[in-house]
Amino acid sequence: MGRGHQAVGMPVEASPVPALEVSGLVHDFGPKRALDNVAFTIEPGDFTVLLGLNGAGKTTLYSLITRLYNNRTGSIRIFGHDVRKESSAALARIGVVFQQSTLDLDLSIAQNLHYHAALHGMSRRQAQTRIETELGRIDLLERAHDKVRALSGGQRRRVEIARALLHRPSLLLLDEPTVGLDIGSRHAIVSHVRKLCREERLAVLWATHLIDEVDDGDKVIVLHLGRVLASGRVPEIMRAAGASHVREAFTNLIEKASQP
Amino acid sequence: MTPIHYYRCFLGIVWREALRFFHQRERFLAALVRPLIWLLVFAAGFRAVLGVSIIPPYETYVTYEVYIAPGLIGMIQLFNGMQSSLSMVYDREMGSMRTLLVSPLPRWFLLVCKLLAGTTVSILQVYAFLVIAWFFGIRPPLYGYVTVFPALIVSGLMLGALGMLLSSWIKQLENFAGVMNFVIFPMFFASSALYPLWKMRDSSEILYYVCLYNPFTAAVEVVRFAIYAQVDWPYLGYAAAATLVFLGLAIYGYDPARGLIARKAGAGAMG
Repeated sequence: MGRGHQAVGMPVEASPVPALEVSGLVHDFGPKRALDNVAFTIEPGDFTVLLGLNGAGKTTLYSLITRLYNNRTGSIRIFGHDVRKESSAALARIGVVFQQSTLDLDLSIAQNLHYHAALHGMSRRQAQTRIETELGRIDLLERAHDKVRALSGGQRRRVEIARALLHRPSLLLLDEPTVGLDIGSRHAIVSHVRKLCREERLAVLWATHLIDEVDDGDKVIVLHLGRVLASGRVPEIMRAAGASHVREAFTNLIEKASQP
Repeated sequence: MTPIHYYRCFLGIVWREALRFFHQRERFLAALVRPLIWLLVFAAGFRAVLGVSIIPPYETYVTYEVYIAPGLIGMIQLFNGMQSSLSMVYDREMGSMRTLLVSPLPRWFLLVCKLLAGTTVSILQVYAFLVIAWFFGIRPPLYGYVTVFPALIVSGLMLGALGMLLSSWIKQLENFAGVMNFVIFPMFFASSALYPLWKMRDSSEILYYVCLYNPFTAAVEVVRFAIYAQVDWPYLGYAAAATLVFLGLAIYGYDPARGLIARKAGAGAMG
């Protein structure tokens, strides 16, 4: 089923507007600088990996993009909409999968998804149709009325991705979505999101500290202690770091940044 | 976003709160057992010790049980307000508060919906209590069950807003004991819930004024008068004003740019 990504009123192919444009972003927690002059763009259809160790500032960045708080300098634009000034238009275009599970364990899958649909102002009937579509896509349609508690970790993650897609966003943000999953489920989730990205021209920002989740064709943003050390396609990153493998490039970049 | 979107969002939030309430049977039972213990045990023991003279809205001598019933209604709503506040803190740690806050609808609206949803649940609890209490001799006039309803909205909103305000301040959920010790017990005991204020005045002038200006007293008195189809205007005004102040501060606390949420690295924000 085709997805409407004409959120900004024109076909995405013809759109010069980036899915996400972050520039000059600075954020402090008290005296600690959590993000320092962060800038990057993501185009529709891009699968972008935000690569960083724990404490790099990935979650802070996500909190700012999703406007959990927005006391910062710099700008964040989602399909041209400034998150601070046009927050409603900006938030309507993003789907988010948070690091920690945010499903209600005591409610059924369908109840969780209906709640999310209501938060986006969708009608019951419209929600029902989309829930069936999204659950069908992840092979959990027949379990719609099971409690979330009965699902495995990997299934819960897939439900969260389905939930994030209910309102047909054009930009999907995932914060360490594979943490705590076994290798099989990890692989399934990564390939599921890659497929969405490819087939639906969904822009994806995938935060992780796991280098093996990076594919050769991906765009990568290396974030370390709140600063972007490098960004670009995998070959560019390797060239810049003088490395023959992504892992080596990542290590080199971080070592270089740690030197005085 | 048009009014229909707001309306659907409101219904969705209330529906979820109600579903959670019915799925958490322990919470429902606890909400009923707590005031019933006070009513059946505490009030029975104190009945002989405390005589309650005829004070408005009562027109005859009333038993101690009848006197404390509005206080126990207040207690139900106070606990509910604190619990939904704590569940918000807990939610925020776990992330489901974040699901709420990434909705494209304005944040103040989401918080107001959440408050209305919590108040709805607290009113359901109160009516369940009143039904059980009827069998134990707490029998207000029948019209009282209707006239108390608007009062319960006011008291529920006020105590819910207080809980929401606290949730924007509490950095981390440690345990419920802290809130019990520092919020619930002081508010409950320093109020007109268990004894008329003139009795308190006999003991301590200072405590009398503390009780007099305790917003919880306002909630209890508004409910007490409403059961007899009367309005305690000063306390009604006070409760309404307190609701607006608490809610305003809570909305400020959750403001993405200025509020406390922005100043603390809570919500698992570091990483």
